[in-house]
Amino acid sequence: MPDLLLDVQGLETTFKTPDGVVHAVNGVSFTLKEGETLGVVGESGCGKSVTMHSMLRLIPTPPGKIVAGKALFFGQDLLKMTTEEIRHVRGGQIGMIFQDPMTSLNPVLTIGKQLEEPLMLHVGMSKKQAQERAAELLAMVGIPNAKDRLKDYPHQYSGGMRQRVMIAMALSCSPQILIADEPTTALDVTIQAQITDLVKRLRDEIGMSIIWITHDLGVVAGLAHRVVVMYGGFIIEESPVKELYANPTHPYTIGLLGSLPRVDEKERSRLFSIEGAPPVLYNKPTACPFAPRCKWAMERCWNENPMLEPVAPEHRVACWVDTKTGRPRS
Amino acid sequence: MSNNNAEILLKVEDLKMHFPIYRGVFQRQVGAVRAVDGISFDVYRGETLGLVGESGCGKSTTGRTILQLYKPTDGQIHFEGADLVTLHGEEMRRMRRKMQMIFQDPYASLNPRMTVEQIVGEPLMVHNVATGKEIEERVKHLLELVGLNPAFSTRYPHEFSGGQRQRVGVARALALQPSFIICDEPISALDVSIQAQVVNLLEELQEQFNLTYLFIAHDLSMVRHISKRVAVMYLGVIVELTDRDELYSSPLHPYTQALLSAVPIPDPLLDAQRKRTILEGDVPSPANPPSGCRFRTRCPIAQSLCAESRPEFREVKPGHFVACHLVK
Repeated sequence: MPDLLLDVQGLETTFKTPDGVVHAVNGVSFTLKEGETLGVVGESGCGKSVTMHSMLRLIPTPPGKIVAGKALFFGQDLLKMTTEEIRHVRGGQIGMIFQDPMTSLNPVLTIGKQLEEPLMLHVGMSKKQAQERAAELLAMVGIPNAKDRLKDYPHQYSGGMRQRVMIAMALSCSPQILIADEPTTALDVTIQAQITDLVKRLRDEIGMSIIWITHDLGVVAGLAHRVVVMYGGFIIEESPVKELYANPTHPYTIGLLGSLPRVDEKERSRLFSIEGAPPVLYNKPTACPFAPRCKWAMERCWNENPMLEPVAPEHRVACWVDTKTGRPRS
Repeated sequence: MSNNNAEILLKVEDLKMHFPIYRGVFQRQVGAVRAVDGISFDVYRGETLGLVGESGCGKSTTGRTILQLYKPTDGQIHFEGADLVTLHGEEMRRMRRKMQMIFQDPYASLNPRMTVEQIVGEPLMVHNVATGKEIEERVKHLLELVGLNPAFSTRYPHEFSGGQRQRVGVARALALQPSFIICDEPISALDVSIQAQVVNLLEELQEQFNLTYLFIAHDLSMVRHISKRVAVMYLGVIVELTDRDELYSSPLHPYTQALLSAVPIPDPLLDAQRKRTILEGDVPSPANPPSGCRFRTRCPIAQSLCAESRPEFREVKPGHFVACHLVK
């Protein structure tokens, strides 16, 4: 299958902590097609970032450990690559942008230096070529006077501009996949709109695939083609974007959408709230991780962990209950 | 204004808060950060006034200055008949009981070495309204009010989750039975599913005790949900203030329009339909704000007039205030 860029199967990651082993990712499988934008949605601690970091082998080992799984990138398992090979993939074929642009940039190197380095390292450009390309990249992400601003240091850029630099850096080696980990969370709404617009434009121009990790269901709605929702280290729902917002099926997804007030809200009513708090997983769950907070929970939910099952074309849900009827799913 | 019969609880008039910038060996003042630069608004008893704006627009400074955590550079703050700016010592201390604050970061705003009972009970002790056993009773009652198990009163903040900690913060703010609470981004640090819990709690408490809130936030959808009226701030000034439905359905100021259009809607169909105004550039520095209208450097419809004089904050429709030259 040539159009499957990325095929992750049964990924499991644990972390050793003084209080015990935390099972952060518990068998996550997903795919990414060419040109597709995949939204990964979940609250803090649901395992969304750890999944991506594990895949790229960016988690510190120890305390982290990838226990099981495969991550096939063009048929090659990222988890089995040598350190040298994976380094070539990261920043080369797979670019990443992170939440906080200030901590991901080196404060004592100029923006130009930081942009040129990967170009010389991964693409093998000469110093002069790299400088020209760096200026092009900065201009592409919408920074005025790009050539002069290469000489500036990160602190001379605003938050939104730093995030643009991160995007320029991630795109510098023309990656096939861009992984964006909450890239707009630290930014104001007007700047967030600038950045998502920029990413959409670049996506259509370059034709790359994107994995966009976020807790904000609003941002994903306007950006992604397909969405996976994570909870307690599992994918609990997976669906094309329109289907997900029209027919949210897992109780957690329903709760998340219900707990959001909307700018286009008509009637004022109490928000739907999910009681309780997300779990910390010291044991690998043997039951549904959401059962303690679920109003539909039945006996089976406390004993067996549901697998993802199709409910509509391309729409899969891990839940024992049919949330439309409240009865067990047949 | 629209609700003439409602009692004004707080009246802010031409409030200014400039933070001096010192430079050089002699620490001479070379300028000032005009965090809040002449704002006026009223808050009615029992309502929630939302105060929105992007980071650095001065919304938190406004809240802190109202509570006299900073001494304002200029202006008046009338609260229950007294001008807070002129109050000192014991008078101010007594006034403080009536106004409380809930902070953004439930991790930083609770002392990690104090138990929940000490944290929630401290205001009672400091203001001599209860002692000994009575404090214990009151704290247990307050914890119940905010939906925490009273048996947890001997625990420390780190034993609670973010949402629970914010509930502790709410309990502390309620301890002295205030009439006015400033909520400074009370839910920004919380997970989405927990945000709804805290907002619902705030709404229930408001109904129960007829509380008045100044709700400071950058999340426009949450502000729309909780507020009766909303004020929009940009670079130290209020650019628009009106009823929440009016603001969201027919915003007049170009900044409000852009801000609203930038908010993502969690619905792919609606999101695709609407027209978006994307603002260029960044917010200018409040130490050196643009002349005339503060927003003109990013405004899509700015004219030469906007650079010359500062637009007056005027009532263009009953209860709808706007500061823009171009709004008729």
